[in-house]
Amino acid sequence: MSMVSRAIAPFRRHWRHQGQQPEVDAVAPPFTALSHLPPGRSALVRVLRGGREFCSRVANLGFTEGASIQVQQNYGRGPILVEVRGALVALGRAEAEKILVQAEES
Amino acid sequence: MALPAQKIRLPERISRPDKQPDAAAPAMMPPPALKVLTGSCHDTGPSQPVAAGQLTIALVGQPNVGKSTVFNMLTGLNQHVGNWPGKTVEQKTGFFRANGASLALVDLPGTYSLSANSEEERIARDYLIRARPAVVMAVVNAAILERSLYLVAELLALGLPLVVGLNMLDVAEQRGVHIEPHVLAAALGVPVIPLVASKNQGVQELVDAALAVAADPASQKANRPTIRPEHQPVLAAVEAILRRAAGDIGGGEGEISASPGAQADAPQDADVDRISLTDYPADWAALKLLEGDGEITALARADLPPAVWDEIHAHLLAHEDAYLDIAGGRYEWIGRMARAAVTRPKAGVITRTERLDRVATHPLFGMGLLLAMFGLVFWFTYTVATPITDWLSGTVLAGLSTALGALLGGTPAWFSGLLVDGLLAGAGTVLTFLPILVIFFAALGVLEDTGYLARGAYVMDRFMHMMGLHGKSFLPLFLGFGCNVPAVLGARILEDRRARLLTILLAPLVPCTARLAVIAFLAPAFFGPQAALASWGLVALNLVVLAAVGIAVNRLAFGGAQTAFIMELPLYHIPNPRTVGLYVWNNTLSFVRKAGSLILIASAVVWLLSNLPGGAIETSLLARFGRWLAPVGSWMGLADWRIMVALLSSFFAKENTIATLGILFGTGAGTGLATQVAAILTPAARWAFLVAQMLFIPCLATVATIKQETASWRWTGASVALLLALSLGAAALVYQVGTLLAGG
Repeated sequence: MSMVSRAIAPFRRHWRHQGQQPEVDAVAPPFTALSHLPPGRSALVRVLRGGREFCSRVANLGFTEGASIQVQQNYGRGPILVEVRGALVALGRAEAEKILVQAEES
Repeated sequence: MALPAQKIRLPERISRPDKQPDAAAPAMMPPPALKVLTGSCHDTGPSQPVAAGQLTIALVGQPNVGKSTVFNMLTGLNQHVGNWPGKTVEQKTGFFRANGASLALVDLPGTYSLSANSEEERIARDYLIRARPAVVMAVVNAAILERSLYLVAELLALGLPLVVGLNMLDVAEQRGVHIEPHVLAAALGVPVIPLVASKNQGVQELVDAALAVAADPASQKANRPTIRPEHQPVLAAVEAILRRAAGDIGGGEGEISASPGAQADAPQDADVDRISLTDYPADWAALKLLEGDGEITALARADLPPAVWDEIHAHLLAHEDAYLDIAGGRYEWIGRMARAAVTRPKAGVITRTERLDRVATHPLFGMGLLLAMFGLVFWFTYTVATPITDWLSGTVLAGLSTALGALLGGTPAWFSGLLVDGLLAGAGTVLTFLPILVIFFAALGVLEDTGYLARGAYVMDRFMHMMGLHGKSFLPLFLGFGCNVPAVLGARILEDRRARLLTILLAPLVPCTARLAVIAFLAPAFFGPQAALASWGLVALNLVVLAAVGIAVNRLAFGGAQTAFIMELPLYHIPNPRTVGLYVWNNTLSFVRKAGSLILIASAVVWLLSNLPGGAIETSLLARFGRWLAPVGSWMGLADWRIMVALLSSFFAKENTIATLGILFGTGAGTGLATQVAAILTPAARWAFLVAQMLFIPCLATVATIKQETASWRWTGASVALLLALSLGAAALVYQVGTLLAGG
């Protein structure tokens, strides 16, 4: 797999999963919003967007740079379920949108 | 600002574990006065453990670690439940004896960290820093060890005497995670006691360890968490500036102490109840400044001389990215500490939680399961409670009323009437209603303790979003089916004020058991074989109105804003009978305290008003008032004054409707009553009456709780006015349309 296809692989998978255009404008590959990660996929947290209080809250819960997460449930709409540091955390879609991750190869 | 740094300031926010029972009724009373007299006998704060003969232990832990199980195991019924002074956060203090020592256990709110992101976190950290408990017991969840140690890392940074209870070891083993407590203890430098709190294993050892630490806090060589190397210089610089500034101003070191516990005999500062920056240890304050903590930053800006603040501010600006790195660094430190102690399974084990969640959190099946659970709770509640209720009202109360009537035979008629038909009938309403409430709370307590309710909230998130709320709001609203008072109180779990207000506004629209009891009593006579269907229709109507009001208020008053939904789903576990029992006990007790007395008073008042002057109901004050209201009632087909009075009396308590009808129809709340009421109402008017009853203004206890929780007469007034307009409007509409359909 070439570097390029490796880099866009998460998005390819994501497009198949979502069946719609993702909001890629603000998110540069290889990062993707957590809300766009399909269930079962693991990823590393890279960037937290949003206000200081939001960032502080999710960082305290374990969403810190480099933390490994796994999506447990994501139906494309509604809230998503993520496992982070052994705990199961529900995030609203808007909140998951603000957490940028780097998908691990599966 | 010019205050000696070493002094301990207790007055405002410390716990008040006073044992007066009247102080324990939290919800009905206005928040306790902010200022607690220092040195009063009620102050058993930790700064005076000798005088009070009581050692204070603070119990801390993240949510879902089993902290309340430990609390309940240790203190049982010796609990005092109240509010933190001036706050809408519940404060629990429990008392117990161990090894000959009298101990006060202060249950701090469950928090993920000691940042100032929520009221709970501010309360927890202010208590720890200002009240200085003799020792802190931190409970962590072994199944999510790193995440739970995050709070421990913050506690270690505060330098408090600490013991760690490593709870849920059995759950961790099930997940294949093996932990060596003594290795973890060596790494952290504090005692780590293995616990299975739900089976009462290790709890006593935890207390022993806590007492040992409290006896000699200076010997504890706790490991202080370090931050990433690249931020250490700036942290040291900010800390040095803070120390220098504190030294300049207060003459102290700007730090509480490096040897915790030594302040026990420090002089008290009686006249100051404002927090100042020097209340906090300088190293901790510096760390929080680097983390961008709003509260500490504001304090520093206000308390420090401008030149000093500018100096600090320059450092902070240069390291603006640090605040996320500190959380990350803390987790890295935890990883290093825990690594040697933890053995993990190689491959992912599919756990019980994951298997159950495939159904419970599924958008479709999960919703089905939630509805099924919902039905089951109600079926169970009414199946178990109805025979008890019937026995209570049929045998116990009837017997009591006959006996009391005979006993009071020689007294004036008004006296025996007031006692038997007024007070005893009122007490009977409370009593017969209690089994329903107890069983509902028990069912809910079991669901909550298994971890299922959080799944319900998750599944409901999509629906709640239409109202600008999120899944968490579902939890208090669900509680509302039992009683609206805990529903309004339960809105405290919401972080966002807007979401909290909206949830409080919607809570009275949830049909509580009291209203359901009225429906259950009247529907068979009103609708015959269609009673069950009609009852469900009325409940559904309430929920539809709730959703409509939620959507409308969110659009109109809040501009359609949304709030952040971040919620942990706990692991499923077998409910603990003691936890559920105490949940039921505390909820029922507060209901009896709040609503019970109101219902008694209301029953007496209604009886008096219906007998004065003269003793005949037809010419009583109540009848005059009811007739005056008749024009309003006639829009709804409820021109009979007795019906209007019964509706109004539900303001005191919803189930009062039946008691009042009983008094006004002169039959008591017997079986013939519903038929008699049905006889004077047309079918359309029956619907109108029940619709009005279901949507009517919240009961007095709920209104008082709304006022207390919103701290706003405007919101309270708006809530009452909205429901009044809704109920009368809907009832009039139902009656007019119903009459039209029947006529045409």
